[in-house]
Amino acid sequence: MPLTQEGIKGLTKKAWEIRRAIIETTFTCGGSHLGGSLSQTDVLVALYYKYLRIDAARPQWEDRDRFILSKGHGGIGWATILGDKGFFDKALLKDFNKTGSPFGMHLDSRRVKGCDASTGSLGHGLAIAIGLAVGARLRKKDYRTYCMMGDGELCEGTVWEASILAGHHKLDNLTAFVDRNSLMIDGPTEQITTLEPIDEKFKAFGWETLVIDGHDFAAIGEAIEKAQTIKGKPTIIICKTIKGKGVDIMEGQAQWHYGGLNSDLRDQALACIDKHYREIPG
Amino acid sequence: MAEGMTWSVTDGDKLTQAEVYGEVLSQLGDKYPDIIAITADLASSTKIERFGKKYPERFINVGIAENSMFGMAAGLALAGFKPVVSTFAAFTALRSAEQVRTDICYQNLDVKIIATHAGISFGQAGSTHHCTEDIAVMRSFANMTVIVPADGLETGNAVAAAMEWPGPVYIRVGRGFEPPVNKTKDYGYEIGKAITMREGRDITIIACGVGVLHAVRAAEVLARQGLSARVINMHTIKPIDRDAIIQAVKDTRRIITVEDHNLIGGLGSAVAEVIIETGKACGFRKLGVPDCYSIVGYPEDLYHYYKFDADGIVETVSELMRMEIEEDEDWEDEV
Repeated sequence: MPLTQEGIKGLTKKAWEIRRAIIETTFTCGGSHLGGSLSQTDVLVALYYKYLRIDAARPQWEDRDRFILSKGHGGIGWATILGDKGFFDKALLKDFNKTGSPFGMHLDSRRVKGCDASTGSLGHGLAIAIGLAVGARLRKKDYRTYCMMGDGELCEGTVWEASILAGHHKLDNLTAFVDRNSLMIDGPTEQITTLEPIDEKFKAFGWETLVIDGHDFAAIGEAIEKAQTIKGKPTIIICKTIKGKGVDIMEGQAQWHYGGLNSDLRDQALACIDKHYREIPG
Repeated sequence: MAEGMTWSVTDGDKLTQAEVYGEVLSQLGDKYPDIIAITADLASSTKIERFGKKYPERFINVGIAENSMFGMAAGLALAGFKPVVSTFAAFTALRSAEQVRTDICYQNLDVKIIATHAGISFGQAGSTHHCTEDIAVMRSFANMTVIVPADGLETGNAVAAAMEWPGPVYIRVGRGFEPPVNKTKDYGYEIGKAITMREGRDITIIACGVGVLHAVRAAEVLARQGLSARVINMHTIKPIDRDAIIQAVKDTRRIITVEDHNLIGGLGSAVAEVIIETGKACGFRKLGVPDCYSIVGYPEDLYHYYKFDADGIVETVSELMRMEIEEDEDWEDEV
């Protein structure tokens, strides 16, 4: 069902709350992958608060939709959402990165409820997602598998190996996303190694491709819903995003791929986010 | 098939390890409906095709894409299946080491890997297709069980046992056209329990894979020379049968290991780790492929060249028997 104006407003509010929590946890944990966690947030919020068929009380529910964060370094953003959804007590996030904590930078599926697969080494998630999607078909289950990749991750050859496979198997129960924030650790993706045209590459490999503004909930919703109707091929939604979205000093800055925050920076970041929150229309 | 038996083969002594594997897997398909067989364009070479012919809907050939294959296997295991994956050892332990480690072992998933053409058993193919590193690599992955069956019948036993064994299992087989060392499959195979192929007092030869055949042959030669050699088939490298090794130190004070693998990191290293912890003197030699890329040739010639066939074992035994071992009879203080 398409998103209503009210629905979009609710998701927008939630996304800024999640970003706020990411900043708070980053302050206490010493450092995190802020840039990519902030850029992916709107798509993850749309999935977790609107589209995924999940039940936090039953994290192993057989019929749940699966989500694989192939860009595993976005783990702090993902864990913030899983905690908020009630997969675990979100107060536990105060121990993020601490010795013995269930939460490290890259989430561990054996320790974090709601985390469907351990990821972190780039280029692995899509093949795992394919296994889950093929598994659904073999079991005659109607769950969908979603997989989010980073754009720098597309340099990995395994992404393309897996893409061929997903196209060949016509996995229309699989939806992938690219968090196209155009920056990798060392700088702009197109300066380091050309990735474009990303959509045409996937199209040639047998995918339906959609290119959207990854911070526009109406567009995100429309794309996810369209992907659910596409038959006979997987869909990839290339989400144009801003690395560090919502925090002035971090937006579009490669150096904020990973970073720590002192109290001044934290307050500055929270002030930016709160301003966005106050400016939500209606 | 007799009641209680999970598999049977006729002419098992004439089949290669991979042929027995393919047949046994296809026989296990009904008992284990969650098995999904996967390969990367090596269906016929690894013999996994036999399963695919019987259960086409449960067989996936990903093409020449090993990394995706192991990632996909992880996803299928997360979806509740029991993937059985086969390609050559080199492409498993080297090319896809990270997928096996991070996607499968880290998540402790129920994926069974049967890797073929291991060691220098595909000698003519050259080092791109040899794999003398896989035991070292695989045994260093937490959660992984590592099995090197001695022959075809033992491969069948290992595959059947692996289906009941929790977590990831790596079963390594050669290309092998060697005669079998086991006359029957019914000798009480258990993962993690070494098998004494022959009793002996003077020296113990601990072998795996094709090394077991050579060790048994060497022991026969040594017997004619008046030496009593114990032969242990250490088919499970991890978890290793510590008791069998400690007993061998205690009883014979001389141990030789034999494997088709680099001398660094394989069976010999695993056995040495146990020996050294006993704190007891023990003459020790490792036989296998020295730290090099093997010359090309037929496997039996290569095993002779690198001195881990029966001739090489006999030669090394003679050398080790001349060595003086300082014995310490008090076992309670150290082990």
